Amino acid sequence: MFWQQLVNGLTLGTTYALIALGYTMVYGIIQLINFAHGEVYMIGAFVGLIMVAVYKVNFFVAMLVAMGVCVPLAVLIERVAYRPLRKSTRLAPLISALGVSIFLQTLVTLIKGGPNPLAFPQVIQDTVYVLGPVKFSTVQCIILIVASLLMIFLQFTIKYTKMGKAMRATSEDYETAGLMGINVNNVVSFTFAVGAALAAAGGVLVGMYFNSIHPFMGVSVGLKSFCAAVLGGIGSIPGAMLGGIFLGIVEVMGVAAGFDSYKEAIAFGLLILVLLFKPTGLLGRPIQRKV
Amino acid sequence: MEAVMSILTNPYYIQVVTMVGISLIAALGLHLITGITGQFSFGHAAFVSIGAYASALVTIHLHLPFVLSMLAGGLAAALCGVLLGFPSLRLTGDYLGITTLGFGEIVRVVFINLKITGGAGGLAGIPRESNIFLVYIVVVLTIWGMYRIQNSRFGRALVAIREDEIAAETMGINPLLYKIKAFAIGTFVAGVSGSLFAHMMQYLNPSDFGFARSFEILNFVVLGGLGSIPGTILGTAILSLAPEFLRFVKEYRMLIYGALMVTMMIFRPNGLLGGVDVIRVLRGYRNRREARR
Repeated sequence: MFWQQLVNGLTLGTTYALIALGYTMVYGIIQLINFAHGEVYMIGAFVGLIMVAVYKVNFFVAMLVAMGVCVPLAVLIERVAYRPLRKSTRLAPLISALGVSIFLQTLVTLIKGGPNPLAFPQVIQDTVYVLGPVKFSTVQCIILIVASLLMIFLQFTIKYTKMGKAMRATSEDYETAGLMGINVNNVVSFTFAVGAALAAAGGVLVGMYFNSIHPFMGVSVGLKSFCAAVLGGIGSIPGAMLGGIFLGIVEVMGVAAGFDSYKEAIAFGLLILVLLFKPTGLLGRPIQRKV
Repeated sequence: MEAVMSILTNPYYIQVVTMVGISLIAALGLHLITGITGQFSFGHAAFVSIGAYASALVTIHLHLPFVLSMLAGGLAAALCGVLLGFPSLRLTGDYLGITTLGFGEIVRVVFINLKITGGAGGLAGIPRESNIFLVYIVVVLTIWGMYRIQNSRFGRALVAIREDEIAAETMGINPLLYKIKAFAIGTFVAGVSGSLFAHMMQYLNPSDFGFARSFEILNFVVLGGLGSIPGTILGTAILSLAPEFLRFVKEYRMLIYGALMVTMMIFRPNGLLGGVDVIRVLRGYRNRREARR
C-alpha cells in the first residue's frame, strides 16, 4: 500500500516538477512570478487533445506539436506583456501576468464553447505491470520516463551549452551579464521557451493520466507547481524537481491517509510549514541583506 | 425627473453601488498593507471571508446588534492577520505573497469542510442588516482613518519601511512590529468589509473568496495607483463597474477585462494615479486660476 502510494505520488510529483521548472527558471532570471504559466500548460494539454482526437496522431507526435505551439506562445506573452514592464515596480508585471492568464482562460473557453471538462481519449494501450508490491500502469511508466528524459535534457542544456551558461550568468546578475556581452533579452526569451516546452509536455502527460482536461485546469495545478518551486527554493532547478516530487508524494499520501477533503490545502500547508523553518525553501540560497 | 428617480431607486443599481463601497473598504485595507507598507498580500479575500463568516455566525447565534457583530467580524479577521503575520512577516517580498496566497486557499478549504459554516453549500439565513447608507458611512470613516494613519508618525514609519527596510531599522523603527500593526489594521478593515457583505447578500459561499477575489482586490489597489487613496477609490470604482459596463459584449467580457489589465499596466505601470498627488494637483489648479485673475 505504502509503496503503491509512493509510486502514484512520484508520478504526480514529476508532472508538478515539469511545470515548477518553468516558474523557477523565469523567477531565477527576472524575479517574476509568471502566473500565465499555468495557462501555457493548459493550452499544451488542449493542443495535445486536438492532435490525438482529431488528427489521430501518435502520442509522442502530439506532445511535440503541443510544445511547438506553446513555445512561440510563451515567447509572445513575454514580449507583449512582460518586457515593457521589466523596469517598473514588482507588482506591475504580476498584474499583467494575471491579465494574460484571464485572457487565455476565457479565450480557450470561448473556442471550446463552455467551461465543462473534455475527455482525453485513451491513446495508449494500458497494461499493468506488477513489480513486487507495486503496480505500474503503462501511462505511469511513460510519464516517469518522459519527464526524466526532459529533466536530464534540461540539466544538460543548462550545464554544457553556451545558452545554458548565459542563462546561469543572467540569473546570477542580470545587469553584469548584459555588460559582459550577453544578449539578455534573448536569454529571457529562451528561458520562457524552455519553460513552456516543459509545461506543454506536462499538460499532455497529465491529460493522458487523468483523462480529463478543462480551461481552468491550469489555475490549481499552476499554483501548486509554483508552491513546489518555492518549496524547493525558487530559482534553483534541482530545487524545483525536488519540490515537485516532494509535493506530489505528500499530497497522495495525505489523501490516502484520509485528508481527501483537504487535498487542495495540503500543498499550501506544507509550503507555509517549510518556509517557517527554511525561509528560502529546501535548496534555496539564503537571502543576503545588503546596505 | 421621473427618469432620474427611477434610476436612483432601481434596486439593481443600488446593489451595484453598494458592492463598490464594500469592495472599496476591503481595498483600503489592502492599500495600507501593500500600498503604504509595501508588503505583498495575495490572500486578502481570506480575511474578508473570515470577517464575513464570523459576523454572520455572531448575528445568527448570539443575536447581537449589527454594529457589534461588525466589530466581531473585524476583530476575528485582525486576530487571524496577526497570527499569520507573526511568523510570516519575517519573510520578504514574494515569499510573503505566496504564504498569504497559501493561507487564503487554506481558509477557503477549511470553510468548505467546517459544519458550522454550512460547508460547500454555503451559509444562508443571515439577516439583512447593512444598506447603502451604512456602507458609505463606513467607507467615509475608513477613508478618513486611512488619511489620519498615513499622515501620522506611525504612517510615516510604514512608508519608511516600504522605501528601505534596513534604513528604517537604523532609524529606530522595529519593522516587524510595525508591519504586524499595519497587517492587523488592514485585515480588521477587510473583516468589516466582509461583515457588511454578509449582511447585504444574506448568503455566504467559500467559493466567493478564492484567490481570484484576492487578486481582484489587489488589482483595485495597483491599477488605481499604488499608495494613493484617490487611486484606490478610482481603481475600485472602474474595475468593479467595468464588468457591468462590459455586459454588452457578453461572452467576450472577461477576454476584454484580461486584455485591459495588460494594456493598462503597460501604459500606466504605476497605476492610473500612481505618482500623482491629487490634492496638490487640485491646489495647483486653484492657484493658477487665482494667479490669472
